[in-house]
This record gives sequence, structure tokens and C-alpha cells, in this order.
Amino acid sequence: MAFTDAESRRAKEIIARYPHAKSALLPLLHLAQDRDGWVTPESMEEIAGLLDLTPALVLGTCSFYTMFKREPVGRLVVSVCTNVSCLVNGGPSLFEGLRARYASDEDVLVEEVECIAACDLAPVMQINYEFHGPVTSEAAVDVIEQYQRGELVARSVSGTSLAETAKTGGTA
Amino acid sequence: MAVEETRIVTKFLRAREKDSWTFEAARKHNKAYSALEKALGMEPATIVAEVQASGLRGRGGAGFGAGQKWSFLPKDVFPRYLAVNADEGEPSTFKDHMLLERDPHQIVEGVAITAFAIQAHLAFIYIRGEFALGAERVQQAVDDAYASGFLGKDILGSGFDLDVVVHRGAGCYIAGDETGLLSSLEGERAMPRIKPPFPAAQGLYAAPTVVNNVETLSTVPHIIRRGAKWYAGLGVNKSTGTRIFSVSGMVERPGNYEVELGMSFRDLIEGLAGGVRDGKALKFFIPGGASAPWLMPEHLDEPLDMDRASELKTMLGSGAIMVFDETVDPLLISWRLAKFYAHESCGKCTPCREGSGWIDKVLYRMAHGLGRPDDLDLLLDFGSNIVPGLNAPFAQTTICALGPSTMSHVVSLDRYFGAEIRRRLKRDHAKRNALEVIAS
Repeated sequence: MAFTDAESRRAKEIIARYPHAKSALLPLLHLAQDRDGWVTPESMEEIAGLLDLTPALVLGTCSFYTMFKREPVGRLVVSVCTNVSCLVNGGPSLFEGLRARYASDEDVLVEEVECIAACDLAPVMQINYEFHGPVTSEAAVDVIEQYQRGELVARSVSGTSLAETAKTGGTA
Repeated sequence: MAVEETRIVTKFLRAREKDSWTFEAARKHNKAYSALEKALGMEPATIVAEVQASGLRGRGGAGFGAGQKWSFLPKDVFPRYLAVNADEGEPSTFKDHMLLERDPHQIVEGVAITAFAIQAHLAFIYIRGEFALGAERVQQAVDDAYASGFLGKDILGSGFDLDVVVHRGAGCYIAGDETGLLSSLEGERAMPRIKPPFPAAQGLYAAPTVVNNVETLSTVPHIIRRGAKWYAGLGVNKSTGTRIFSVSGMVERPGNYEVELGMSFRDLIEGLAGGVRDGKALKFFIPGGASAPWLMPEHLDEPLDMDRASELKTMLGSGAIMVFDETVDPLLISWRLAKFYAHESCGKCTPCREGSGWIDKVLYRMAHGLGRPDDLDLLLDFGSNIVPGLNAPFAQTTICALGPSTMSHVVSLDRYFGAEIRRRLKRDHAKRNALEVIAS
């Protein structure tokens, strides 16, 4: 999907913050992913055009970072930490349990992640990058369901949501 | 006497849990930006000298003198940049996470003072992609500071201009390395760069750049407000001031504790964090993040002193202390750390790219009853291709410190549990052989 006028304005505003346009690559990838739920090949091509890069260069950077998904992952990304402080607090079984439970649910991606810097909350997980911990398997499912019902809503990673941008016409 | 924290950087956020991150509370109850006002009346070189005199050392991991780093900028070369390392990712470190979410104005003030001191007019705060709330609060703090004239053009009538850009990472440990961070900020894969040139000479966009950690910059306003002499009077030897230690793992009260350097590990782990939970005994602890070699119960009375840690062949690193009780298998912890480094190796240097995967695989079999008798020696043998000599402080055949970190926990295994592990590997091997004989 191509960027709308409002999105293009937002993109240009982001690019203008940097002395060199290429620095806007990560922020623009976040912007595209916030809209589509993943980074589509079309988005990468469009970002390449905006930054005067080749699509291959955009893909090269994009594929390096774990937060960027290059295929559809569903509406909820559940990131469970299994690094050492979570490991000694039940992180691995929390991860395995959730992975099995949502294995066939296309709307929920359960991923194992490295330390997310909240070890006082071990075992800790994030749902669309919002922290929840310490959680038991039951509590984790309960929280996931609250997101599914819309009772809990995560922030957008790219900051200002596109809906807001559209309303304000893209001014900072 | 009860052990107590010495709160300087965390004093305000602890005192006002409900609203410490707001501009109103920070201004009204914490004199936010009063240090900036004072700094703008000083000569930039005086600020650099003051921070140097305070003895403040970088809180990100390397422990390099903050003021000294600033003093390395080449004279008369502009533009210069300030990059704030808020890409906290060293396993079990969660202090910057707290500072970002709960005292963002302290960070913005530290950024403004530091930028003025080094005469940079553009600063980037590189925040870990996963820190959604932290990034939102820092962005709000930056917006508020602009609106009140603490950022932007002609700050408080001083003639000094500063723009601050909040930049988000996207999930990558090595972006926390200072040159990896600069690569990432330029829109590249976060691959570290060969030093020299150091960032002070050629950093972001090949311009002179200072990269400082969040906690380091959060400390700067306090030094300006109360003076280098006051700060240098805290702490011990060349480890001046206070530090925030993130204590986690198997303790009663995991959390961040800000203490005066020189306190003992025992007071921190037992006095403040409540000791090993459920009355169990301590088996070992990691004193400075996953990359730091381990310490044992006999080291509990050693002081939190960066140079003493070096003598013990480890480091205080990022200030993360992981505590493991007697029921924990050190091999399992070592394997999980190996898996982490294998996942996070950026792939630029061959020894780390290839070695980290090997270490992961060999440790996996060792930890899961499938080890071969010589596996520990095998690890030490090929690991010495990454860390020649295997002796702390570690030499390295890689560009960045991730290389030696892949072997740090293996060296610790050999140092403290070597005989036990070699016996276990022989036993596991004999057991498998016996089973094969029975099966045939």
C-alpha cells in the first residue's frame, strides 16, 4: 500500500529532522509497520524512493532488526523473555505454554526474545511492546485476551499515530 | 545498622512515584533545568573540567571518564554531535529503562548541559525500540522543554541553540555498542566500527561525536548544581559517586538500588535486595551484566569498585547483578548466555560470527547430558581464537567487545567449576556408552 498524502507529509517531516536523509530509515520502517502490522515489500520500495536508496539497501537494514517483521504476524506480538534472570523465574515454561496455546492463532505471534530490560518483573513479557510482569501462564492469557477485546491498547512505536497525523495534517 | 541507598539520580523519581516524569512536577519539586541555567552562565571548557574533576565514569559499561571523553573532541572542528545511548540491552540491566520512564527531564537537562559543554547543536537520544512508554515520556519531556525555552533557539537568552531528536531502535543488542549505535543512527545495520578513529574524532556522519549513557547524563545536572568536589567526595578510590545497580535473579527483592560506590556486594545483595530467596545458599553471581566474568560467595565482601573488579578479573560493567542459588546449574546459565551472544553477533567479524554459534552448540550439549569428555577444553581451545590468552582483561580478535563476551562465561565456568564439569562430562559420556552397549 502506498503512503497516503498525510503519511508522506509525516515521512518528510521525519526526514527533515536529520542532517542526512538515510538516518530516517528506521523511523520510516516503524511508520510503515505501525500501519500494516509488518513491513511490506511495497513499503520498502516506497521508503527507498523517499530516501534515494535502493530497495535492496532498505531490505538489508530492515532484515537486521528483530522488531521489523517481513511477513504478516497478526495483530498481537507477544514477546516472552527467556534470558537468564527470566530463565530462573519460569520464563521458558511461560514461553512454551503460550507458544503452544496460540500456535494456530494467526492473530497472535508468540516469540522468544532476549532480555527486555525489566528483570525485576521476571518472568516478563511484552504485548506489542507494552510490559507485563511478573506473569503466570494464566495471567498472561488473561492479559492477551484484554488486548484482544480492546480493553488494553498498546502505544504505536512510531510515536504520533497516523490517525492523529491525518487529523492534524501532519504538523509536529 | 541497616543498609541504605544513597539516592541522587533516583531521589526524585522515588519520592514522587505518581508524577515524577511530568514537566510540572519536575520543575516544581526537583528544580529541573536550574542546573542548565547555571551551566549556561559558565564557560563550556569549565563544565568539561568540572565533570572531569568529579571523576564521573561512564555508566554504560566501559567505565571511561565522562569529562575525559568530552575533552578528546578535536578543537575547532564543527559540527559536533551528542548521541545518547538509551539502547539498554545488556542482559539483566534495567536502570536506564527506569530513568527513561520516570525521570525524563533529568535526562533532557543532562543532554542540554552536555551539548553546551561540547558545543554540539544537535543531539540524538537513541532509545531502544522496545521501550514504548519510555520513548513516549522522553518525547513528551523534549516537547515540554522546547515549549518552555530549555531547548531550541537561543536557550534562556544564552545564544546557544540545541535541537534534540528522539530516535527509536528496532531490536538489536549491538546497537548499544557506541559505534554500532552510530551505524544504526545512520540508517545502517548496527555494525560496530574499527577504532581508531574514535567517535570523538570521527563519529556520526564522520563528525566529532560524544556518545554517553543515560545514567551518565542523568548525573551531570547534579554535578553542575552541587560541584565536582561534592561528587568526588562520594564513592571510593577512582570509582566516585553513586551508581544504580540492577539486582535480579534469585533474590527476595529484585530491583534498582542506587548506592555509593565502595559498598560491598554483600550489603547490596543481602542488605538491600534481601539476599537469596527462600533461605537458599548463594552459588555464584554475575557482577556487571552478562558480559562480566562471574564471582563466587567468597567475593561477597569485596567493594563495588570498578578497579577492584578488574583485579578480580571481572568488571562492574553495566551495573547488573544476577544472583543464582545452589539449585542452579551453571552450565545451563552459561549455555543461555552463549545462545544470546550467538543470536546477537552482528556477523561482521569472523571469529565472533562463527565462534558464537559453536560455543552455543557445544554448551547446549554439555548442559543437556550430551557432552563429550573434552568439551570444556574444546571450548577453551577454539574460544582462544576470539580471546587470545583467555585472561582478563580480555584481549580480542574482534572489532567490538561482543567477541570476548562470548567467552567470558566459559572462562568463568572453567575458573570456578572446571573440575566439577570435567567429572560430569566424563560421567555423562560413560552413561551414554553404557546405554549403547545395553541397546546393542
